[in-house]
Amino acid sequence: MTTSHAIEIAGLTKSYGDQVVLRGVDLAVPRGTVLALLGSNGAGKTTVVRILSTLLRADGGSATVDGFDVAAEAARVRESISLTGQFAAVDEILTGRENLVLVAQLRRLEHPQRIADELLERFALSDAAGRRTATYSGGMRRRLDIAMSLIGDPPVLFLDEPTTGLDPQSRNEVWQTVRELAGHGTTVLLTTQYLEEAEQLADRIAILHEGRIIAEGTLAELRQLFPPTVVEYVEKQPTLEEVFLAIVGHDDAGHTAARNAEHAVTQGEPR
Amino acid sequence: MTTTRLEHAGHVGHAGHVAGDTTVLLKRSLRHILRSPDTIITTAITPIAMLLLFVYVFGSAIRVGGDSYVDYLLPGILLITVASGIAYTAFRLFTDVSSGIFERFQSMPIARSAVLWGHVITSLVANLVSLALVVLVALAMGFRSGAGVLAWLAVLGILVLFTLALTWLAVIPGLTATSVDGVSGFSYPLIFLPFISSAFVPTEGMPGPVRWFAEHQPVTSIVDTIRNLFAGQPLGTGVWVALAWCVGLLVLAYALAMRTYRRKLG
Repeated sequence: MTTSHAIEIAGLTKSYGDQVVLRGVDLAVPRGTVLALLGSNGAGKTTVVRILSTLLRADGGSATVDGFDVAAEAARVRESISLTGQFAAVDEILTGRENLVLVAQLRRLEHPQRIADELLERFALSDAAGRRTATYSGGMRRRLDIAMSLIGDPPVLFLDEPTTGLDPQSRNEVWQTVRELAGHGTTVLLTTQYLEEAEQLADRIAILHEGRIIAEGTLAELRQLFPPTVVEYVEKQPTLEEVFLAIVGHDDAGHTAARNAEHAVTQGEPR
Repeated sequence: MTTTRLEHAGHVGHAGHVAGDTTVLLKRSLRHILRSPDTIITTAITPIAMLLLFVYVFGSAIRVGGDSYVDYLLPGILLITVASGIAYTAFRLFTDVSSGIFERFQSMPIARSAVLWGHVITSLVANLVSLALVVLVALAMGFRSGAGVLAWLAVLGILVLFTLALTWLAVIPGLTATSVDGVSGFSYPLIFLPFISSAFVPTEGMPGPVRWFAEHQPVTSIVDTIRNLFAGQPLGTGVWVALAWCVGLLVLAYALAMRTYRRKLG
């Protein structure tokens, strides 16, 4: 069991005072898959991520990450994970390169400079490497943030609303990164309130509502449960984005827009 | 891959991790200070302004016995320097917490206490630089001391203890504050405390209850001890009171800060 699932959660509960946030969450994420945890604001998505990343103790239930119990073996869990929180957690006074070197040093890796250079290259941040991150755009900060999370190749990655507040171009860049990670076998637990994001990235989708997982499965499985909702969103959202990206131009984005437009058309066809 | 990492972690003991991680994080926050040296300068400016104001404006009206007033005033000004300096420590910690980088560190396989120690040692370094600036200005204003190397080292030791005590106190608002105002607000009473002590004027002239408070609060014993060390006077029992205050405050502040930290970690 523990070997096939990177994350296993059973009966997880958490309250803040009188306010019950998690009422018994059960969830299993197979290794090497991307799971999107969907839910509206305040559904408890961040609470789940904070418990899994050992930042918060659960009131009840159990959770293991990479086979280690988050409460009893927190230090082991931290060896296996990386967290990208809701707000890009970069050091604003340091440069992009210094941020990466800092994380590499804290993970006690050899050749932190080389690791930093490789990631700067991979995330198209080489030109901005020597600039303080306070001068970065939202998208660049998020890319740096995710790059910092990849240092040390943690087998499990938590992305808490990675695209909230990003413009469409930056969002597409983040999506591309997550797809690459999934291709390399990293297990990703992603929280989002955007249905399209889940659809684009996730192998499996879990819906957290009122403190419980009310539905979990592949997109195809979920479609059978709630056909009208899914179809409606898929038809509407990409259309506006397509218009926006087409107007704004931008080489990369145009390419993605074209791909998305194509995608939207196929998805939009009557079934 | 997981096994390699765990073996790697197993090679170095816990103490080694704390020291190594603290060094990395110390370098980080020292770099912050180097990039905004204004924090050290503004820390030193208020005490220097007070020094100028009290020596050149009020000083002629203040009787402190045989000493020159700048000699009399410097020890208290040094404590005010530390009290205003630690506000930046709280601010830097608050910035880490509110920017999310604190949580990033907490979710990484590093020694958890290293995050605080990095800030604490940075605070010590920054405050010592500010203190040196203030002493240089005082020397330019005519401050003279016949103190030998040992006495100077004793002054340094007391100031280090005092800085550490106030720094650990500053960790608490740094971790818990919800706004920038809340962070800096806590240091105002600390800056004000030396005014009701022997720092500016001798306590003898104060009315009963004020005098009682002034003579029994930590600043007076610490100020008197530093003043005696500078003047080459015998220390008497006051030095033990001063040390007891410093160490007692340090232990209490450390315990409260660590409790706050553990609560913060859930």
